[in-house]
Amino acid sequence: MYLESRTIDGGRELRASGAWRVSHADELARAVAEADIGSAPVTLDASGLEALDLTGAYFLHQLELRLAAAGVASTWRGARPETLAFTAGLIDAAPAGHHARPPAEPLGLLGRWTVQQGGAVREALEFLGRIQFVLASALVRPRRFRFQSVVRHVYETGIQAIPIVALIAFLISVIVAYIGAEELRQFGGEVYVVDLVTISVLRELGVLLTAIIVAGRSGSAFTAEIGVMRLNEEVDALRAMGVNVVEVLVLPRILGLMIALPLLAVIADAMGLAGGAVLAWLVLDIPFSQFMARMQEAIATTTFWAGLLKAPVFAFVIAMIGTFRGLQVRESSRELGRLTTVAVVESIFMVLFVDAVFAVIYWETDF
Amino acid sequence: MAADGAAVPLVVVRGVVNRFGTQVVHDGLDMAVERGEIFGIVGGSGSGKSVLLRTILGLQRPRAGSVAIEGRELTQLHGGELRAVKRTYGVTFQHGALISSLTVAENVELPLREACALGAVPLAGLAALKIGLVGLPGDAGPKYPAQLSGGMVKRAALARALALDPQLLFLDEPTSGLDPIAAAAFDELLLYLRRTLSLTVVMVTHDLDSIYRTCDRVGVIVDGRMISDTLAAIVDNPHPWIQEYFHGARGRAARRQ
Repeated sequence: MYLESRTIDGGRELRASGAWRVSHADELARAVAEADIGSAPVTLDASGLEALDLTGAYFLHQLELRLAAAGVASTWRGARPETLAFTAGLIDAAPAGHHARPPAEPLGLLGRWTVQQGGAVREALEFLGRIQFVLASALVRPRRFRFQSVVRHVYETGIQAIPIVALIAFLISVIVAYIGAEELRQFGGEVYVVDLVTISVLRELGVLLTAIIVAGRSGSAFTAEIGVMRLNEEVDALRAMGVNVVEVLVLPRILGLMIALPLLAVIADAMGLAGGAVLAWLVLDIPFSQFMARMQEAIATTTFWAGLLKAPVFAFVIAMIGTFRGLQVRESSRELGRLTTVAVVESIFMVLFVDAVFAVIYWETDF
Repeated sequence: MAADGAAVPLVVVRGVVNRFGTQVVHDGLDMAVERGEIFGIVGGSGSGKSVLLRTILGLQRPRAGSVAIEGRELTQLHGGELRAVKRTYGVTFQHGALISSLTVAENVELPLREACALGAVPLAGLAALKIGLVGLPGDAGPKYPAQLSGGMVKRAALARALALDPQLLFLDEPTSGLDPIAAAAFDELLLYLRRTLSLTVVMVTHDLDSIYRTCDRVGVIVDGRMISDTLAAIVDNPHPWIQEYFHGARGRAARRQ
């Protein structure tokens, strides 16, 4: 019991006892909330207090405020505790205001959202323009390409990604071949599994899977790296030194990824075909030689190029979104996490969107 | 309170050894902080001030030696017991280390929220109390750390360190990066808090003005060990680094005030 109510000499008394410390804050809060306020004048007694820290004094002050609010006169037996007087002084000097946010209005929210989206589109276009400008000026003065930096990004986004890209391409192609074999067996056309695997891997799956893995792996890394540099004011430092941030941070990442992604796509193609060939041999008893022969008939050279042509475009989209979102990071670590998520989601969406555009173009041009 | 509690120093560090690879940072370092004093830790860059602080806070286990707070041996404690000791002291870090996605008020509420089950109203009230205690204006509560000036960040960090009403406070370079007026105001705040809350303060600092204004005793880390003495006595210590520190151009200027 931290607070007890009793009657002494016909007068009512509230006696605080025990250790009024932060370690019992929840019990103190309950004791004060449940205190018997009554209406008759009351005497407060702090003689039983073993300890009183600021948190305890806060709740003691809450008791005084409750009594005052109920219009109950209260006096202290003996002196009012010093810590309480100190705390009450602080609380009265800076009243705890509840900073309620203005209620959200649907129309206002829609308007704000529209303006924000419009601004974001403008910023993105401006960013694209700056990339093109820097690229153009680098073509005139090749020193501005930052070859070392580009090589580093080729290594980090390309070479280090080979194992995961190879594994996923192999497995997906095995899955496609297996499902295809099940269906085609009903028509006795098992050999068309070769057509199915080679065309789908070379035209679509190889490059698309690679792009999605790279968006998750490197797009997020770009946003996080540049975002942390922004939080550490490194980006501002570079700007203050007169260094062009797009030239140093953005262009090498874009160029590096535009070199790495097509190479990864070639590896994914090869592993995909290997996966198809292994499954055809194990499940359908199609030997490698027959697989190769059938593949030669099924595809033209354009089948390979139709897939590979998309890789640099995907790379540009992924790298641009990653760096753009990284440069938008401001103020807090939560912002960094949010924008990294945004970057990955947007780049995967844009990769699929661009892929659809390519499909339409190929269809129209009979490529 | 045990009767012998007053006799034993509040913080006792004995024979601490810290080594990173072949680099020896502390080589049998001893330190004792008495109740109610403000103890300054000074030392050159790389002398291991921050490592010492991290060791005392239990963030890093020393290779050898012991750290005791209120007679409880930190290096022997694990899990819940260690957490209980950690709730008895408050800490501020050099750059504030406020959680950037929370407002100042939420930062101050954070330790309370973790330690006890309180409703939103008392939490907000207690946070406002601590924010007022460190001399921040009332409208600082709903602001985010990024919206504060350097001096306000230091004060907000102090408010968070004081959230659980600790008797012991560790401050890592509390006045670094502040202008002289803000630094002097912070010194006064510290003295005021020590007076009103009877705090014990251990602070790592480079600020000579701050040392002269606030510290009762000073511990200097030299050669992996600590030489500690009262401020009046330590300035006459013959060790060349200490002589250079207190009697160099900056030391003389600070002493004159």
